[in-house]
Amino acid sequence: MNDQPSLDAPDWRDDIFTALKTAGIRQIGYVPDAGHSRLIELCHADPEIRAIVLTSEEEGIGLAAGAWLGGHRAALLMQSSGVGNCINMLSLAKACRFPLVMLVTMRGEWAEFNPWQVAMGTKTQAALELMDVLVYRAEAPEEAGETVAAALDIAFNGGLAAAVLLSQRLIGAKRWVK
Amino acid sequence: MSGTGANDPRLDRRAAMRTLLETRGDLLLVTGLGSTTYDAAAAADDDRNFYLWGAMGAAAMIGLGLAVAQPERQVLVVTGDGEVLMGLGALATIGVQRPPNLAIAVFDNGRYAETGMQPSHTDGGVSLCGVARACGIEAVFDISDMAGLKGFAGRLHGGEATSFARVAIRAEEPPRVLPSRDGVYLKNRFRRALGIDDD
Repeated sequence: MNDQPSLDAPDWRDDIFTALKTAGIRQIGYVPDAGHSRLIELCHADPEIRAIVLTSEEEGIGLAAGAWLGGHRAALLMQSSGVGNCINMLSLAKACRFPLVMLVTMRGEWAEFNPWQVAMGTKTQAALELMDVLVYRAEAPEEAGETVAAALDIAFNGGLAAAVLLSQRLIGAKRWVK
Repeated sequence: MSGTGANDPRLDRRAAMRTLLETRGDLLLVTGLGSTTYDAAAAADDDRNFYLWGAMGAAAMIGLGLAVAQPERQVLVVTGDGEVLMGLGALATIGVQRPPNLAIAVFDNGRYAETGMQPSHTDGGVSLCGVARACGIEAVFDISDMAGLKGFAGRLHGGEATSFARVAIRAEEPPRVLPSRDGVYLKNRFRRALGIDDD
């Protein structure tokens, strides 16, 4: 895992941030996560974005709905385990056709050290699809920005819920021994 | 069920909702799943009411997203004790953000009225005001009479600080007044009332 991108190569996390800015995202709800940490910092540093730390991912579904009611676009950052916390709350997006974008860093699917992450990690996509959330995957760094941009487009153009799963291979497996 | 009837000092929920909305001005209202949605519809249906018919525990968070998006307008969330208990973490999240234009009123009867008046955690001693204060919300009010409620209603238009009120109401079920259950309609009319173009 390399957390320090080279200076001349655009980093995929920056590409995601660019996609969020291009789509006019004004609120970000997130639960702290190592894979999203750079993106979270970028959002906090942007004066046009309100980055809101959540205690549980399901809070973000309500936050995004409220944002939309008030004319803001929101997106949510979470880990795959957090998708499980959202399931009933996704009924809010579906019943009202609120646009919803969830960017999900994956655990439990690639070189996972912690078996407790595997149960939810291997069922994340199926769980989202059961709730009629459109699911896109980004496996390689060059796919991340355009995949997020595509999810933002379809969600806000169609009043749909969409998730981008950022693969564990892309993020890098968590290091347990420093 | 204890403490109901003419000698019960707690407020009538319909009168409480009417009092909060009496001088609503351009107040934006979010109500929680269950009785507070019926109370708001009974007071007066309005395009600027967003009623929840599900998503239990989401009312306060919808209020937060709305208050951040509309900083020039006052946002009032009215929900029940059971509804706020299901999403208690939202009070911690709101306590960190503290948008000054957000007010949350919890109609607390200590019961899950929707499912047969089973006692809630507030009946078992949990203090919602204590939780709100501990989460960093500074303007917290424990209201058990009409004078207190009128005072809180007057504050709603000040927009000085995030406020939280626990409103003690009687455990009664007045006849249901049901607003639209069409979420898309409720969403679109709310946005139109705020002059937001569909994009």
